[in-house]
Amino acid sequence: MAKYGLRTIAIAYLFFLLVLPVGLIIWRTFGDGLQPVVDALSSPSAVHAFQVTLTVALWAVAANTVFGIGTAVLLVRHSFPGKRLLNALIDLPMAVSPVVVGLALILVYGKFAPVGGLLESWGIQIIFSTPGMVLATVFVALPLVVRAVVPVLEELGDEQEQAAHTLGASRLQAFLRITLPGIRWALAYGIVLCLARSLGEYGAVAVVSGRLVDQTQTLTLFVEERFQNFDQPAAFAAATALALIAVITLLLTKLLRPKG
Amino acid sequence: MRVRRLGGIAAAAVATTALVTACGGGNSSAGGDGKVQLALVAYSTPQAAFEDIIKAYQQTPEGKNITFTQSYGASGDQSRAVASGLKADIVEFSLETDITRLVDAGLVASDWNSNATHGFLTKSIAVIGTRKGNPKNIKTWDDLIKPGVEVITPNPFTSGGARWNLLAGYGAKSNKGADQAAGLDYVGKLLANVPVQDDSGRKSLQTFVGGKGDAIITYENEAIFAQQNNQPIDYTVPDSTILIENPVAVTKNSAHPKEAADFLKFLYSKDAQTIFAKNGYRPVLDGITGFNFPTPPQLFTINDLGGWPKVTKDFFDAKTGLVADIERKLGVATEK
Amino acid sequence: MTTDVAVRPAPPPGPPGGGARARSRFSVPGGTALGLGSSVLYLSLIVLIPLAVVAWRSLDEGPGYFWRAVTTPDAWAALTLTIGASALVAVFNLVMGTIIAWVLVRDRFPGKAVVDTLIDLPFALPTIVAGLVLLALYGPESPLGINLAYSRAGVVLALLFVTLPFVVRTVQPVLLELDKEMEQAAASLGASPFQTFRRVILPNLVPAMLSGTALAFTRSIAEFGSTVLISGNLPFKTQVAAVNIFSQIEGDNTTGAAAISTVLLVVALVALVSLDFLQRWGSRRG
Repeated sequence: MAKYGLRTIAIAYLFFLLVLPVGLIIWRTFGDGLQPVVDALSSPSAVHAFQVTLTVALWAVAANTVFGIGTAVLLVRHSFPGKRLLNALIDLPMAVSPVVVGLALILVYGKFAPVGGLLESWGIQIIFSTPGMVLATVFVALPLVVRAVVPVLEELGDEQEQAAHTLGASRLQAFLRITLPGIRWALAYGIVLCLARSLGEYGAVAVVSGRLVDQTQTLTLFVEERFQNFDQPAAFAAATALALIAVITLLLTKLLRPKG
Repeated sequence: MRVRRLGGIAAAAVATTALVTACGGGNSSAGGDGKVQLALVAYSTPQAAFEDIIKAYQQTPEGKNITFTQSYGASGDQSRAVASGLKADIVEFSLETDITRLVDAGLVASDWNSNATHGFLTKSIAVIGTRKGNPKNIKTWDDLIKPGVEVITPNPFTSGGARWNLLAGYGAKSNKGADQAAGLDYVGKLLANVPVQDDSGRKSLQTFVGGKGDAIITYENEAIFAQQNNQPIDYTVPDSTILIENPVAVTKNSAHPKEAADFLKFLYSKDAQTIFAKNGYRPVLDGITGFNFPTPPQLFTINDLGGWPKVTKDFFDAKTGLVADIERKLGVATEK
Repeated sequence: MTTDVAVRPAPPPGPPGGGARARSRFSVPGGTALGLGSSVLYLSLIVLIPLAVVAWRSLDEGPGYFWRAVTTPDAWAALTLTIGASALVAVFNLVMGTIIAWVLVRDRFPGKAVVDTLIDLPFALPTIVAGLVLLALYGPESPLGINLAYSRAGVVLALLFVTLPFVVRTVQPVLLELDKEMEQAAASLGASPFQTFRRVILPNLVPAMLSGTALAFTRSIAEFGSTVLISGNLPFKTQVAAVNIFSQIEGDNTTGAAAISTVLLVVALVALVSLDFLQRWGSRRG
């Protein structure tokens, strides 16, 4: 009985909060058939926005994955002064409104800021180019991998790792053979979550991108721009494309996951 | 073996990306064959006009070797971006204060407005938009404050451009600023009828065409733009309204000052001004014909109300401004 | 219960015994320091230094100005609305997220895989699209007859949508890794399903639940894009803090914007730290 109750609650909640809205997006996208969608997505601006989005998202996901695993291991397996503080600070980026993320990054890495000016004199432009957009994306998606991995790492315990050490395995070996397989699905979830968040970020990236048409325009910026110009078909098509990337990544991790 | 599986996922993900990325290749970059690239930074609404103008410019002898990077966004955002280092050769904003910011930052020459049009590239006026056929017969500023009429206008504190809207009603009802109390009384009644204050002008247009509200205060060019995009909206030009002027300037640190100045000159040409007119803007050049831009009997400018610096300080300061005061009173009233 | 050991965030340094030699190699101070160093450097360069600069800017004109900036009626109204709505959304997520994760892991029904796949979508969708479809479904023209637009309920709805994945996705992997044997053992010892859940499953889930909730709360505090459309952005009524910050920036009042951001940051930090304590306390109690 309780089982059906829970199931009903969960499904009803998801239906109204998730399935209906997403269904509406898909319906609006494909309402006029497939051709307008194909046209909208194959325009040079859309294709370019795709590339920019994927470049930025991949760099951000890669950086956050390495940081995420490292920090999760650090937080769970090691003790050091200031650990609790580090643990709390990791979630902080989520609490920063996108406009402020942009503002903060510009205040440090902008052309007229000390650090940014120094980098600029070496010919490295951060803000209003790709590095700045990666930075903003890394910022907003930073906690996701850590937070997905930490609970599983805790749940896993370190008996097996210790056993491996006792048997003479090196740190790296123990990590690759014991820890990584143990956390792999949590890690995969974290990466998917991080990717999804990176794809969907708008506000922070908008501020540091400079909104250069066909240059630093990501898909979300493209969506926004198309909406602004009453080009709803293109906007919805691009939004669906973003959703599809997330779904495909998720499906891949699921398909590859062994049963049981 | 388990690790290998994870590697498989990673490989698959990378492969997908590489594939998608590869599909889009063949993008041109700035070439070295005598071509010059100019950076245009503008507010969002003239995007369609600029795209056509750039095409037209590239057909001219001066423009044939010029390529452009274009950036469009909210006027204030764009101005702040340029102030914090976004590369720009030509800037066009919705508000004069957005250029003033760059003058203060040393990026635009202080004599930017010394040309024949005082630095303004396009004009427009604030109008009252209604549903198709105007079912509630809303035509005047007074109609907007009738009980039960819902008016859409953006929040004047998040959208600098929305300040034109409130000032239009204010000026009309205060005899161009002479009777401040009457004007403020009107703005108070007007804001009481505003159920949604979006953060930008275009968003409030979206809200309106999405079905909310009976009327919208917007720019004439925005209303025309909506009509050109088949949105069911009519608009009325009130007898008394504000003249909106959008400034343009060349930056001081432009790497190609000559080319930028040439383009600016082209923007004031008959061809470019005609394109602006086609996109709903009132041209600043005389002799552009074939468009219907009725002149309201009582048209006033921001200078009649005291000029932007004074208006910004007196009306829109977040703490001491008169409009902030009105919003506060309304907020406290609706709270209870 | 024995599960305690697994839940505790960091096992205390083990007693000297069989693994002592290996253990000492495992926690080489040098290695930890290197890892810690790079981790903190990364966090500092991307997050802490920029945020510190914002906090610094908020005090540009003295603490008095800071205080006045955050207590102007509109800023205060936006702050309280945001924090209140975020807290509500966090609690809602705690309950609903756990239920959904549970159903997705333990239940079987047709279409489950589809639902599971959809969970992350709120993240990948541009917030304006989210706001737009929520407005279409639950706005004045709602086909369902539910109108939440331009009210505080609309703010909560938009926040629930964007924060949906957090608790689900943090609890789900833990549930998957959870040993069913313990539950079976508890059941065979005569524990009711509820008792088993409370005594065996819940203690294992609490850290993940709280961590997801903390993320949902912090994300809500900062949300802008999806809420602005459906809330109507009325000052004093439905304007959230992120939009208020934006209006300060638009008014060239960077100090005021920095001040409100700093308040949000401190609130988030306090929430995160207290959840952390709660988590420790919870796991100790078992």
